Amino acid sequence: MADPEAGARAYDIVVGLEVHCELRTVTKLFCGCRNAFGDEPNTNVCPVCLGLPGSLPVLNRQAVEYAMAVGLALSCEVRPSLFHRKNYFYPDMPKDYQVSQYDEPINVDGHLDLPDGSVVGIERAHMEEDTGKSSHVGGGGGRIHGADHSLVDYNRAGVPLVEIVSRPDIRSSAQAVDYVRELRAILVTTGASDGKMEEGSLRVDANVSVRPAGSDTLGTRCEIKNLNSLRSLGRAIDHEAARQWDLLDTGERIVQETRHWNEDLGRTVAGRSKEEAYDYRYFPEPDLVPLAPDDAWRDRVRAAIPMLPAARRARLCQAAGVDAALAGTVVELDLDTLVLAAISAKADGRRAVNRAVNEVAADIDAARRLDPAAFTKLLLLEDQGKLTATQAKQVLAELLTAGGDPVDIAAARGFEALGDDALAGAVDAAIASNPAEWERFKGGDAKVTGFFVGLVMRASGGKADGKAVTALLRERAAAG
Amino acid sequence: MSAPFATAVGTAAAVRLGERTARQVVEEVLARVGVREGEIHAFNTVLAGDARAAADALDQRIARGEDPGPLAGVPVALKDNLCTRGVPTTCSSRILEGWKPPYDATVVERLAGAGAVVVGKTNLDEFAMGSSTENSAFGPTRNPLDTTRVPGGSSGGSAAAVAAGFAPLALGSDTGGSIRQPAAFCGVVGVKPTYGAVSRYGLVAFASSLDQIGPFAATVADAALLLEVIAGHDPMDSTSNPGPAAPISARLGDGVEGLRVGIVRELVKGVDADVEARVREAADALAGAGAKVDEVSLPTVVHGLAAYYLIAPAEASSNLARYDGVRYGLRVDGTDVAAMNAATRGAGFGAEVKRRIMLGTYALSAGYYDAYYGQAQRVRTLIIRDFDAAYEDFDVLVSPTAPTTAFTLGAKTSDPLAMYMSDVCTIPSNLAGHPAMTLPYGTGDDGLPVGVQVMAPALGEPVMFRVAAVLEASRG
Repeated sequence: MADPEAGARAYDIVVGLEVHCELRTVTKLFCGCRNAFGDEPNTNVCPVCLGLPGSLPVLNRQAVEYAMAVGLALSCEVRPSLFHRKNYFYPDMPKDYQVSQYDEPINVDGHLDLPDGSVVGIERAHMEEDTGKSSHVGGGGGRIHGADHSLVDYNRAGVPLVEIVSRPDIRSSAQAVDYVRELRAILVTTGASDGKMEEGSLRVDANVSVRPAGSDTLGTRCEIKNLNSLRSLGRAIDHEAARQWDLLDTGERIVQETRHWNEDLGRTVAGRSKEEAYDYRYFPEPDLVPLAPDDAWRDRVRAAIPMLPAARRARLCQAAGVDAALAGTVVELDLDTLVLAAISAKADGRRAVNRAVNEVAADIDAARRLDPAAFTKLLLLEDQGKLTATQAKQVLAELLTAGGDPVDIAAARGFEALGDDALAGAVDAAIASNPAEWERFKGGDAKVTGFFVGLVMRASGGKADGKAVTALLRERAAAG
Repeated sequence: MSAPFATAVGTAAAVRLGERTARQVVEEVLARVGVREGEIHAFNTVLAGDARAAADALDQRIARGEDPGPLAGVPVALKDNLCTRGVPTTCSSRILEGWKPPYDATVVERLAGAGAVVVGKTNLDEFAMGSSTENSAFGPTRNPLDTTRVPGGSSGGSAAAVAAGFAPLALGSDTGGSIRQPAAFCGVVGVKPTYGAVSRYGLVAFASSLDQIGPFAATVADAALLLEVIAGHDPMDSTSNPGPAAPISARLGDGVEGLRVGIVRELVKGVDADVEARVREAADALAGAGAKVDEVSLPTVVHGLAAYYLIAPAEASSNLARYDGVRYGLRVDGTDVAAMNAATRGAGFGAEVKRRIMLGTYALSAGYYDAYYGQAQRVRTLIIRDFDAAYEDFDVLVSPTAPTTAFTLGAKTSDPLAMYMSDVCTIPSNLAGHPAMTLPYGTGDDGLPVGVQVMAPALGEPVMFRVAAVLEASRG
């Protein structure tokens, strides 16, 4: 099989993603039933979401606001929109049609800027209702064909979704993963989603095609479904691209079809065939009225959107003087507010970022309770040379577990950085009492460095700064 | 003309004043049901026990000094496509066999809140598709005025129930004339309110953009009373008009002095001569009462029938998809899910329902949508424009309700197009979403009632009822 990563690739990958995002509303899209994951099957149901005869949908205002927030966060145009019925028979769809937005979606023409500077176009982000969930029992390996019987849970039926459709602007599996990661961050920031791919809150379908390197015509695409993690997404795209290229390489034709990612097999398998292609017979849903958010409503939603990840990264890059990748990590950890508070109190930006990413992030639950003022104070002590790096880390660890004032903690531990004269004295004493080792050090044997640093540390009761000790040793050696 | 049975207005007044008990009223109508229901078959379900219990409960409330409401103790029959909690709601279809809704339609709740007593669920053409009530899976309903004749449809059971004195009031649904045409055939008053005036929540959908629930009654005043109870905003129906319903009864006696009445030329042309004659007499009566009467042309209404038979089946094909054997009603097993769906639907739906599902599926298909469904919607827009233009010059419009009087059973069952023509006069109001009502106005050459239709612009129920009241009073 061709390896997409091997050397100069003979082909380009073209990917467009469709991300279904369950909105984090209290109730469902068209009724008052609870929108919750993991409840006892068929307990969050009513005549409306069961599609019982005579029931009618009423649109959930919160769902509309989340959908608008998603659109605005993706720089979409938020437009007057219509709901349509998408007609097809499926047992987990109570009405045998899905209420969805078709040719007049609420959000169109946006874009998503990735941390690496690339831009992926957003074609649309429309609202629709989720289906129920089928489980197929006995035989058939969990698929409907060959199953003895099927069970349907309608708790998910009518849960509000926003489907975000990208343009085919993605050129690698890594970029696809970055796109979904960034999109998830935006969805979580707006409050629209909890971002939990493992619970199906975010579901990704990938449209994948290949074409000869440098070509600008689109190849025949396959839609890959069942991508439940970022890892699956990346692997599936690479394997599907390789499969398609192998076909082309051997003169075969790619058939446009739906394929499913099988994580265990590590490959995509064909889904429903072309003969079963549906005619969805879309027509405007007569039980709902057109949705036309006015400017004031849209502006209120826009004003309520918190700062988005891209802006937070840019703000941190500038304030801390770190690169985009490091800033991205801090933002992803949601520690940028903590770091910025320290920087605004004149703490060193790089040190603040490093302490946040390395020490604070090690216990992310404790980090949420960390007092920003104490963090700032600690960084300033280190910046001013009043604490060594080693001491600062120990004080920070205690701040995270027990809280308190860094000055008090340092004092209680007897921490104060060793003065320059005392340090020089300790170093000279160590050299004088170990002449053989000193000769080896001078001879360039780096292995004995640790030996001397350890001696000085012990002599100073841990107050010496390891880096300063090493520097002094080198200075002495250079002086002969 | 006085009604042969006690009116709803009179009954409610007597019950509220303690002159009669609700139980007495119920026993009286149940006695009539006992005598004639066997030959008429107005009901799919007679709720004698429930009705007696409800009446007794009302009587106890009245004894405690409570006022149960404007329909205190008034028996009401419900078309069997209105959901009633715990009571079979069949739509006269095999496919809903055994299904009992877990909820009441909004109109059913409002009736209960007004003190009405539900006496039964009435027969209809399956899923309200038909004009004679012969398309019922449970057999036809017969016209109480002549049992060789159909009662009209699709709400034939409700019309027959009122005409036979089984209940002074009934509810039906009107998608293309399904209240007005049977009311005309059975000689009673029937009203299709403005689209959105009455909540559709709990009405089993046929064609959602056309369906509207409305009253049957023996008199115009009774119909007004019932409409006032069921109308008004319902948050469960997104297409429900905001705000409370306009009062109608209080303005019933205002007369027609100075009102401008248009006789719709296209809807008078081509109907039976005796029907046309009665409409002309009604127009003369209005002129005699001080209205300014003139003919008016609405050229596009003649295309209403064609547009309707694309839009209604298209919506129906989607609305009826849920009857798939998975969750409720009939299930006929098959080798897999698709086979089970097909076997269930094949066995559960009657011929007319299947015909319309196929018509509608075709009209919405890729490549045909624009030529059929899209074109029909454009015709609908043109019809609305014609109405709007007419209402610049007229306050109400008048026409026949149906081209003929009640026909005999079996006369049109083999010719769907002839059957569809029964609704040619009533369909335009559904397409426009406007209110329209029928009241009996004399008889045809066969001695059977002729219905005159009064139409008004959206929310024009008060003026429409005023005109109907004048016509009612003018009858010999």
